[in-house]
Amino acid sequence: MTTNILEMRSITKTFPGVKALSNVTLDVGRGEVHAICGENGAGKSTLMKVLSGVYPHGTYTGDIVFEDEVVEFKSISDSEAKGIVIIHQELALSPYLSIAENIFLNNEQKGALGLIDWNRTNLEAAKLLARVGLKENPTTRIMDIGVGKQQLVEIAKALSKRVKLLILDEPTAALNDDDSDHLLDLILHLKGQGITSIIISHKLNEIKKVSDSVTVIRDGRAIETIAKVDVTEERIIKDMVGRDLEHRYPDHTPDIGSEILRVEDWTAFHPQDPTRVMVDHVNLNVRSGEIVGIAGLMGAGRTEFAMSLFGRSYGSRITGRVFKRGVEIKTRTVTEAIDNGIAYATEDRKTYGLNLIEDIKRNISMAALHRLVKKGLVNDNEEYRVANEYRTSMNIKAPSVLAKTGKLSGGNQQKVVLSKWIYSDPDVLILDEPTRGIDVGAKYEIYTIINKLAAAGKGVIVISSELPELLGICDRIYTLAEGAITGEFPIAIATPETLIKHMTMEKAR
Amino acid sequence: MSDQNATPVQGGLVNPSENKATSWLSHVLTDLGKNGIFIALILVVVLFTILTDGILLRPQNISNLIVQNGYILVLAIGMVMVIVAGHIDLSVGSVAAFVGACSGVFAVQWGLPWWLAIIMSLAIGALVGVWQGFWIAYVGIPAFIVTLAGMLIFRGLALVVLGNSNIGSFPAEYRALGNGFLTDVFGEFDLDPLTLGVGAIAVIALIIQQVRTRLGRAKYGQEVEPLVWFVIKLVLITAGLGFFAYALASYKGIPVTLIVLAVLVLIYGVVMNRTVFGRHIYAIGGNRHAAELSGIKNRRVDFYLFVNMGILAALAGLIFTARLNLAGPKAGDGFELEAISAAFIGGAAVQGGIGTVGGAIIGGLIIGVLNNGMSILGIGIEWQQAVKGLVLLLAVAFDVYNKRRSGGH
Repeated sequence: MTTNILEMRSITKTFPGVKALSNVTLDVGRGEVHAICGENGAGKSTLMKVLSGVYPHGTYTGDIVFEDEVVEFKSISDSEAKGIVIIHQELALSPYLSIAENIFLNNEQKGALGLIDWNRTNLEAAKLLARVGLKENPTTRIMDIGVGKQQLVEIAKALSKRVKLLILDEPTAALNDDDSDHLLDLILHLKGQGITSIIISHKLNEIKKVSDSVTVIRDGRAIETIAKVDVTEERIIKDMVGRDLEHRYPDHTPDIGSEILRVEDWTAFHPQDPTRVMVDHVNLNVRSGEIVGIAGLMGAGRTEFAMSLFGRSYGSRITGRVFKRGVEIKTRTVTEAIDNGIAYATEDRKTYGLNLIEDIKRNISMAALHRLVKKGLVNDNEEYRVANEYRTSMNIKAPSVLAKTGKLSGGNQQKVVLSKWIYSDPDVLILDEPTRGIDVGAKYEIYTIINKLAAAGKGVIVISSELPELLGICDRIYTLAEGAITGEFPIAIATPETLIKHMTMEKAR
Repeated sequence: MSDQNATPVQGGLVNPSENKATSWLSHVLTDLGKNGIFIALILVVVLFTILTDGILLRPQNISNLIVQNGYILVLAIGMVMVIVAGHIDLSVGSVAAFVGACSGVFAVQWGLPWWLAIIMSLAIGALVGVWQGFWIAYVGIPAFIVTLAGMLIFRGLALVVLGNSNIGSFPAEYRALGNGFLTDVFGEFDLDPLTLGVGAIAVIALIIQQVRTRLGRAKYGQEVEPLVWFVIKLVLITAGLGFFAYALASYKGIPVTLIVLAVLVLIYGVVMNRTVFGRHIYAIGGNRHAAELSGIKNRRVDFYLFVNMGILAALAGLIFTARLNLAGPKAGDGFELEAISAAFIGGAAVQGGIGTVGGAIIGGLIIGVLNNGMSILGIGIEWQQAVKGLVLLLAVAFDVYNKRRSGGH
């Protein structure tokens, strides 16, 4: 018996016109946590889909050896039967079913007559929940618990299948820091129980924290596997992008002009619970050419503030005043906000930002279609030209502007969203988590775009949970906690420590 | 894999290193793939032409095909718009019956001039649309529920208006909407010169429009199809239209229904593709949230969509009533299902965001040819129903299969 639980040998997988994986070899040691990282589209997910049987044997070339045996999975149930369980980025839970029902979905605990034994179902579920450290009643519905806990339910579900190799695809992407830490601890805990894990992640610090070795994949090839002792952020980044990335943030020389937008006393309440204050007397301003950051933990009210400001897209009982260049403006509807030169790029591109079944061209023109209208008709040739300009200037990687946005990678989708808002010709852009779920190379490009917007005299507000990012690109940073502004720091005096201190400040009651 | 960075894999793009013949062929194949529904129509026509020994394509039958299906096609236009926005309308058959009954009251019982009766009937259709649009757009009740209720409400109201009897017969000008022909303006000929003239003008207009589009695209550096294929397509379309015009000319001339329909197709084709309103319908159907956050007024678009549907349902009711010369309680029965089928056979997506007016018309024509062909063959109504159901299922299944093959997720 070798020390490797899994050996993938010379895996090659081609799609029509694309070689997604090229001769990839991956060895995973028994009982280790093995991280796989790479830019979006590098082939990580494809590799895991090959492993788990989503792409059945025969659609790829190469061999998979699991526990010293060559395996040929025809479907996910084949791989699960062997103890390989994959947890996808988008969780596969049914929101209206209980935790226990979800855990035993398609693996129902049956009693006499083949009927479901609910007592046993809930009892077994409770045992599994204890193993993953989740203190919830097994009969609670999935929709009533947060994403972090849902992730734990997924792991409990995997445990119920007697998992030997657990694959987690970007498990912390949607989690806050506490939930992420808990999850990573759990992975280490399971490792103690002999469960091997493969974790796909963008977050270099968490990779350093939990993994015993790291394999970097780039352009469908395995670049190298690095042992824990040799892991450094620089080395991983270099492998991922194929070049040294000395500067993760582009140089930015601020040329700050006069105040362009000021918000006074902005207050908004929860849409369903109008007694719960979500945004609490926020005062802030942004000047032309300035990049202003809003730092806050999840639930601090960052998105709530931005969306309530942007055409009252969130919340109830909204009060406060907005001034543009000193003149009061109204932003009661999205149209009014756009007409007043405000743009808001959402943190959730796929749900709120893009029409995924439509092409790049029509997505870019969506917020400012009126600019293309001549004699009552949309000039679609002009639309094509405009979209093509953005494709070039924003470096959107797609065969043409007629490509559907649903087929683009996260970074390119984000560039389409930004193009859409830039084309609406705003004076102030509010960018909510502009680099979430985007690989390192594309992040740099997004930062460059943000700099260009500032250089063109626009005011940019960046909302982000990544402090290094805010510190890297902003001229001034506000901290937000429990819906209220708790501090304001010019970049010269902002440090991660002071920001975190103010982000976690409780408001005086 | 969710990403295909910089790798041109879309069928429409051609690798320059390939030789000319394969690039040409790939264009033809992509076009055929895109126009699968059109090919299906041609296949159905060919099939029934053979089965009926050519009766299907006789001038009189071609003319009948248009007149018999006109009201379904009118409904299909409005229906595909509603479906693209992610809704459905189950009430159109009942609304058609209700408006038909009202028009009977106006034109026959009250003896109002035919034009006033038609305008008032269309206004009632608009009011019905306002009613349903209000519940759907501003109260937020799903269209399925609102129009299911509407289906019952307006069927009931139609019976109330008719008072347990039929209303007929209508003035000649009114009847022309369903039965009339534009003919013999220049005297009597074997082949009606007006019809041929209009056919020729239509062909020329189509060619000019196609050439202008092509030149416009080329000017903006967009890819255009190979010239040979472009010309072949134009020749085929010209031949088809020419045959159609010839058939009409050798029978009674241009049906009034066809004129109404042609005008509607032109107008709504432009609305859906080239106006802000049309684009907003696609944006809403594709992603309602994203549309809202892009400043699109979803509610207003939804509202006007149903007002529009109400007017078109009214128009369909008028055409049907005019054709039968009778406003009866069974009018419009099952129209909604035929219109919905037409939209889906024509490539509309159940979840919204996808669909075209042209597709819905072709879908409606496929249903029409099936109805007509099977009737000629003497196949009973029971089998006709079953076959139409099967065709709907297969058409959508084919569409789903096609999308999967082309690499959608």
